[in-house]
Amino acid sequence: MVAEQRELRDDALNGLQLSTRLENIWRTPSGFFGALASVDHKVVGRRYIVTAFAFLLLGGLLAVLMRVQLAGPENTFLSADKYNQIFTMHGSTMMFLFAVPVMEAFAVYLVPLMVGTRNIAFPRLNAFSYWMFLFGGCFLWISFMLNVGPDVGWFAYVPLSSLQYTPTKRPDVWAQMITFTEVAALAVAVEIVVTVFKQRAPGMTLDRIPLFVWAMLVTSFLVMFAMPSIMVASTSLILDRLVNTRFYDSSSGGHPLLWQHLFWFFGHPEVYIIFIPGTGMVSAILATFTRRPVVGYPVVILSLIATGFLSFGLWVHHMFVTGLPQLGAGLFTASSMLIAVPSGLQIFCWLATLWDGRPVYRTPLLFVIGFIVIFVIGGLSGVMVASVPIDTQVHDTYFVVAHFHYVLIGGAVFPLIGAVYYWFPKIAGRMLSERLGFWHFWLAFVGFNVAFFPMHILGLIGMPRRVYTYTADMDWAHLNLLSSAGAAIFALSFALLLVNVIYSLRSGPLAGDNPWDASTLEWATTSPPPPQNFDRIPIVKHRDPLWFDNESLPVVAGLSVERREVLLTSLAEAEPQIREASPDPSIWPLLTAIATTVFFIGSIFTPWAVLWGTPPMAVALIGWFWPTGSKEDEE
Amino acid sequence: MPVRMRTALVPSATLPLAACAGRQSALDPQGLQSDQILRTFFIFLIVAAVVWIAVVIALCVGMLRQKRAADQPLALHRSFERTSGRIVFVLGLATLVIVLGLSIVSYAGQRTVFAKDENALTLKIIGHQWWWEVRYEDGSPDKNFVTANEIRIPTGRPVKVELESADVIHSFWVPSLTGKMDLITGQKNELQFTAKNAGTYRGQCAEFCGHQHAHMAFAVLALSPDEFDRWRDHENQGASSPTDPLGKQGEQLFRARGCALCHTIRGTLAGGQLGPDLTHVGSRTTVAAGTLPMSPATLAAWIADPQHIKPGNFMPRMPLQSDELIAILHYLEQLK
Repeated sequence: MVAEQRELRDDALNGLQLSTRLENIWRTPSGFFGALASVDHKVVGRRYIVTAFAFLLLGGLLAVLMRVQLAGPENTFLSADKYNQIFTMHGSTMMFLFAVPVMEAFAVYLVPLMVGTRNIAFPRLNAFSYWMFLFGGCFLWISFMLNVGPDVGWFAYVPLSSLQYTPTKRPDVWAQMITFTEVAALAVAVEIVVTVFKQRAPGMTLDRIPLFVWAMLVTSFLVMFAMPSIMVASTSLILDRLVNTRFYDSSSGGHPLLWQHLFWFFGHPEVYIIFIPGTGMVSAILATFTRRPVVGYPVVILSLIATGFLSFGLWVHHMFVTGLPQLGAGLFTASSMLIAVPSGLQIFCWLATLWDGRPVYRTPLLFVIGFIVIFVIGGLSGVMVASVPIDTQVHDTYFVVAHFHYVLIGGAVFPLIGAVYYWFPKIAGRMLSERLGFWHFWLAFVGFNVAFFPMHILGLIGMPRRVYTYTADMDWAHLNLLSSAGAAIFALSFALLLVNVIYSLRSGPLAGDNPWDASTLEWATTSPPPPQNFDRIPIVKHRDPLWFDNESLPVVAGLSVERREVLLTSLAEAEPQIREASPDPSIWPLLTAIATTVFFIGSIFTPWAVLWGTPPMAVALIGWFWPTGSKEDEE
Repeated sequence: MPVRMRTALVPSATLPLAACAGRQSALDPQGLQSDQILRTFFIFLIVAAVVWIAVVIALCVGMLRQKRAADQPLALHRSFERTSGRIVFVLGLATLVIVLGLSIVSYAGQRTVFAKDENALTLKIIGHQWWWEVRYEDGSPDKNFVTANEIRIPTGRPVKVELESADVIHSFWVPSLTGKMDLITGQKNELQFTAKNAGTYRGQCAEFCGHQHAHMAFAVLALSPDEFDRWRDHENQGASSPTDPLGKQGEQLFRARGCALCHTIRGTLAGGQLGPDLTHVGSRTTVAAGTLPMSPATLAAWIADPQHIKPGNFMPRMPLQSDELIAILHYLEQLK
C-alpha cells in the first residue's frame, strides 16, 4: 500500500515532462524578492563570480594609481596618506575580496555540476555566505570612500595598528572586514567538503573525482584550518582597540610577534588557498585541450594534499628578520623549500601531459602555458626568499613584491582567466571571442612581465616596499617607469576581457552542451544548466565520464519530482545511500546576513553592540530554521 | 675572523655587477656579510635559471611534438604512461635533492652572516617614527654619546648594533653592508656587520611604520679606524658655544622658540628628549632622516616648514621671523 501512495518520482516521467516538472520545483522564484531568496548554487555562484571580479577591477584601479605615483621620483600625484590607504586597500581587496572569494565562487558554481548533483550542500548557508561577502566588501569600500580606509597594510602589524599609534577607526574597518570575509569563506568551505563527500553521483569513487574538485576539496580544508587563526587575531585586535585588552601590548605582557605568528599561520596557507584552486583549473583545462587525461592523476592529488599539509609548516619564513633563533629559522628554510617538491611534481605531470597530448591552442590553453612560464619563475624566486641570508636582503623589498605577484598572478590569476574562457560558455551559454582572447593573452603576458620583472632588480638595488615616493638620486626611476608602463599594458588586457564578456554575452556564438568536447560532468548538461542541473543523476563509470560514454551517460532514477531532493552517496565508493531533502528558497539568509552586518559594524564602535546586536540575529536564525513540516520529516 | 673563512663559495661574484653599483644596493656589497649574502644569492640564481630554462625547453618540445590523434582521448599508450610516471618520479626526487642542497648552502651562508664577534664595537639604535636614535655605548661611560640618523663606523672592525623601538616596528637595513633586522617594540634584537671599504652607504627603514615610512633613511659612514677614533672623540664632546653675536642669538632663540623642548644639544640648556639629538648636527650629511642632503638651504627649508617636506611628521611648524630663522640656522650650522 505504501508504494501506491508514495509521491511521484522521476522514474514515472520522461523527457520534456520531467524537465518541466523539475524546473518548476528547482527554479529561483521570479521577481526582485524571489531573486533575493535564491538558494540555487548557480545563481549564488554567478553573483559571487561577478562581485569578486568587480573587486578585482577596483583593486586593479588602485594598482594603476600606485604605478602612476611611482612612475617618477618625488611624484606628488598621491599624498602619503592616500598612498598608504591605497596600498592597504589593494592588498586587502585582492586577497580577501577577490582571490579567495573568486576561487570559492567557481567552486560554488562548478563543484555540484562536476560531481553530478542538483544543488550544493547547505544552499541557504551558501546564500548567507554570499551576502556576508558582499556586505563585508561594501563595508570596506564605502569606508574607503569616506576616507576611513585602512592604512596600516594588509598585514596590519601591531603596534602600528594599535589604538595608540592609529587612533582612527581605520584598522577596525580592516579587522572587521576580515571577520565578514572569513565567515563567508568558512561557510563555503564546509559546503564544498560536504558536497564532495556526500553528494557525488553514484559511481564517482574517490579516484574518479575530477582534479578541479580535488583541488577545491583540499582548499576547503585549508580554509577551515587557516582562517580561524586570522579571525582570532583580528578579533583580539579589535578587543585591544575597543575594550583595552592587552593581547599585543608588550608593556603589559602581550607581544607584537604574537600577531605576526597568528597572521602568518593564516597568511601562508592563504597563498595555497589561492594557488591550489588555480592548479585544479590548470588540470581541467590541460586535459581538455591536450585531448588526454592529465598524466599521473594520483601523483597530482597526493601533491595537492602534501602541499596542503606543508603549507602550515612554513609561516615563519615571513618572520626571518624578527630576530628568531637562527637554527629554528634555518629549519623553516628547509620546510619552505620542501614545498617545491609537490609543486614541482604537478608541473612535471602537466609537462608530461603536454608532451603526449595534441594541444589545441584555444585561449584557455594559452593562459595555462603562460601560467607555467610565469609561475615557475615565482616558485624559484620563492626558493630564494626561503633562504634566511637571502631573505634578510630582499625581505620587504620590491624583490618580494615581484616574487608574490609572479606566484599569485602567475599561479592563480592566469589559470583563473583561462578558466573564465573555459567555463564562460557553460555559465553564459555563449562562447567568448577567440580573437579578443588571443590579444588578451599576449597583452597580459607581456604587460605582466614588463610590469613585474623589473621589480626583482629594484628590490636588489635597495627599493623597499610600501614607500609612497623615492628621491631622484636613488637610481630607481627608470625601472619604475618601465614597470608602470607594463602595468598600463596589463590593465589594458583586462579591459579587453571586459569588452569580450559584454560583447559575447549578447552576440557570442551559442555554445551547446559541450563546446570543447571535455570529459567532466558539468558538460553533460545544457549551457547554461537548468535549475535542477540534471534531469536524472548520472552514473559515473570512469574518471572521464564524457569521453568514456560519449553517446549517452547511464543515469539513476527515483528522486522526487514533487519537492527538492538530492541523492546522498557513500564517502569512498559513492554508493547511493539515501534521498535527502534540499532546502527551498528563503529570504532568511539575507535577513540573517543583514542582522549580522549590523552586529559586526556596530561592534567596532561600541562593545554594547554585542548585546543589542544579538537578538535580531537570533530572530533571523529562528526564522531561518523554523520547522516547516516537510514530507521527509513526517515520514 | 670566522667571517672570512667561509667566503670562498663563488669567487669574485661581484665582478659582473659593476653596473649595479649604488649607495643602497645588495648587488654592490661593501661589507663582509653583504658579500656572503650575494654569493649565496648567486648560487640560488644559477640553480633557478637552469631549472627555469629546462622547464621552458620541456614545455616548448612538448608543444611541438604532436603525436596523438585528437579524437581518441582515452587511447593511452601504456608504455608512455609507465615511462612518464618514472620520469616524473625521478624529477621529483631531483627536486628534493636540489632543495636539500640549497638548504645546506643557505644554512652555511646564514652561519657566516650571523657569526658573532665578542670584540665588536657596540651601538644601540632606537627606531622612532620616523627617525633613528643612535647611541654609542662602547667601553667606559664617559665615552657614551647620542646622535641621530647617521652612523659612523670603523672599517675592518665588526660592529654590533642593538636594535630597539620606541614606538612601532621598524627595520634596520643597509643593503651595502648586510641584510635587515627588525626593531620590535618590547624586544631587543641585534645585528653584526663589518664594512670592508670606506665610504658612505645609505640605509632605510624596511618595515612599514606609518605615515612617513618612505622618509626614514639614514647614512652609514665607514671611516678608517684612525679617522673614526678622531670623530668619536670629537662627537663625545658637547657643543662648542658660539662666539659671534648671530650665533649667540641663535642659541638663545633655539630655547626661546621651543626647539629645545624636543631637541638636546649637549653642553647647553637644550635637553628635550622627543626629537633627534642635535649636538653635532652641522657635521651630518642629511636633513630629516635622509630626506634631503645637508646644506644651508635644505636645513633652512626644513626648519621653516617641516610639514611641507615630510608631511605628518611630529616636528611642528614653528612661527619664526625670517631673521630668527637665519639666526637659528647659523647656530645649527656651526654645531660641527
